[in-house]
Amino acid sequence: MSPAAKHTPGDRPAIIDIQALSYRWNDNGPIVLGIDTLQVAAGEQLFIEGPSGSGKSTLLSLLAGVTSPQKGAIRVLEQRLDRLGSVERDHFRADHIGYVFQMFNLIPYLSMLENVTLPCRFSRQRRDRAIGRSGSPAQEALRLLGHLDMAHDELLERPVANLSVGQQQRVAAARALMGSPELLIADEPTSALDTDRREAFVRLLFDECRESGSTLVFVSHDRSLQNLFHRTIRLADINTALQAQRQAG
Amino acid sequence: MPILSLAWKSLLNRRFTVMLTVFSIALSVALLLGVERLRDQTRASFANTISGTDLIVGARGGAVQLLLYSVFRMGDASNNLSWESYQAIARHPKVAWTVPMSLGDSHRGYRVLGTNGDYFEHYRYARKQALSFAQGTPFSDLYDAVLGAEVASALGYRLGDPIVLAHGASDVAFARHDDKPFRVVGILARTGTPVDRTVHVSLQGIEAIHVGWESGAPARGLSPSAERARTMDLTPEAITAILVGLKSRIATFQVQRYVNDYRAEPLTAILPGATLSQLWSLIGIAENALLIVSTFVVVVGLFGMLTAVLTSLNERRREMAILRSVGARPGHVFALVMGESGVLTLFGVALGFTLLHVLLFVAQPILENQFGISIAIGAPSLYEISLLGIICASGILIGAIPAYRAYKLSLADGLSVRV
Repeated sequence: MSPAAKHTPGDRPAIIDIQALSYRWNDNGPIVLGIDTLQVAAGEQLFIEGPSGSGKSTLLSLLAGVTSPQKGAIRVLEQRLDRLGSVERDHFRADHIGYVFQMFNLIPYLSMLENVTLPCRFSRQRRDRAIGRSGSPAQEALRLLGHLDMAHDELLERPVANLSVGQQQRVAAARALMGSPELLIADEPTSALDTDRREAFVRLLFDECRESGSTLVFVSHDRSLQNLFHRTIRLADINTALQAQRQAG
Repeated sequence: MPILSLAWKSLLNRRFTVMLTVFSIALSVALLLGVERLRDQTRASFANTISGTDLIVGARGGAVQLLLYSVFRMGDASNNLSWESYQAIARHPKVAWTVPMSLGDSHRGYRVLGTNGDYFEHYRYARKQALSFAQGTPFSDLYDAVLGAEVASALGYRLGDPIVLAHGASDVAFARHDDKPFRVVGILARTGTPVDRTVHVSLQGIEAIHVGWESGAPARGLSPSAERARTMDLTPEAITAILVGLKSRIATFQVQRYVNDYRAEPLTAILPGATLSQLWSLIGIAENALLIVSTFVVVVGLFGMLTAVLTSLNERRREMAILRSVGARPGHVFALVMGESGVLTLFGVALGFTLLHVLLFVAQPILENQFGISIAIGAPSLYEISLLGIICASGILIGAIPAYRAYKLSLADGLSVRV
């Protein structure tokens, strides 16, 4: 076990471990994200408060393996993402990470079920897990949608573009949880929802993460939700690039 | 194949614009194939107009001109050749047969050919096919006429009908040989050659109607009656051209030289095959231009597809980001867009091919009746298949342009979409 894992809360193994990381858009540009250390434990539900401009999208891109840092180490599931090539990182994301966007999560030309089973097209591992759990990807999708109160025939047949925003977000959550990925990243998934719907959505997400054993990293600028989570991190506080800018200013 | 099924569903989702794109490719493909088929068939029917004739002899002049007036009934001879020359050539030891031809009159826009019975026996078209009679017999009487298939069907003539020939190509009242009407005794079967558009009479018939017309118009009182003409010596003094068949093709150049060096009057002998290809190379320029234009239409069609796919990309950056989030590599995005162009091209080509055949099926009888162009509807030739293959390959290759752009966009966008 890496030394960093010792710092994780509850002494559970770290699912995310970032050390001395810095990222810039290009070789001569300024550092946009610098993190000395950040650990997330397996099964944790972490709230990251990140207003726009705080390096939020950069952090999410790094965690999802879409980009790679110039310096430092980023481990996800004990895997050094910064040492993987881009194709390997894409494979890694397909196998281990579920992702929920702020809105427009669904591919308009696919049915609800096809949208939810989409990860199984790109990851054999998640496909096998879905089959292991429910017999087939479609059955697993129905099970997840059932938990999110979306498995009604009338809804299933509707073109996904005709679903309400809240319904679309629930379908997106089901897709992110398809094949039980170890890590679920949600990028402001509630900001398009009505205030009274937000908490309900977050609780649904918690339940499902707990059941599939997924760790949740939830990014939002909406502080009203943070008390529901195990732990809250302010990105502005841990991003050394921002602190340097403030001091300079 | 998960990416191709995504491409397919994405196309179905945009079916209206997709159909327009497919249709424009289809039209361009149908046009190109149609032009190519027409080119091929006209070339074939062109080469089919005469066969089995080794030499055509006429007065000294251009080879193409001689071919045009003797075989295609186009234009006029600048000079005639004498009956004595004709007999000298017919008597040449290497010559197997000759067909004398006398042109210059017409019947309601159709050329009249004065000849003899040898014409029906020796004239060959296409693959050495002989002329055959749909109805009736060759002419035997002085005022008998045999019609080509098109003359008979267009003018509605039947056996026994009287027809009046006109002097020269224009059918005007004062130039009609209406004192000596002919009678239809035979109608030839359709050949798809200029024979269909010809009225055939005997050389003596031509002579008979021209007695007293030496100045080019009837000299008052000098034109004998039809019955009196029968009693006259109607051996022609001159004819327009001779078709020559040789005993052996080896002698072709020897006889050609004999004719070209003929002392008594200046003559020209041409090889029909060689002159046909010379003529074709002239017409071929226009045909090639047509082919080039239709090739460009296909290029325009493919560029239309390129534009359609490229403009769709910006709207689809969100879709690409979603795919990336569930684990698609930029390579998958490339394959998705490329697959779409491939599907568009393949469907366009298939639809174009079908469209052309439906059109041909409808147009075939019209083309045949109105223009005498017969187009066979059959399996595509190897050349056509390779044309279609080239179009498909080009479409798929052109698809690499938007695919590469989508690839770069999805690399740059990652999971976020900055529009």
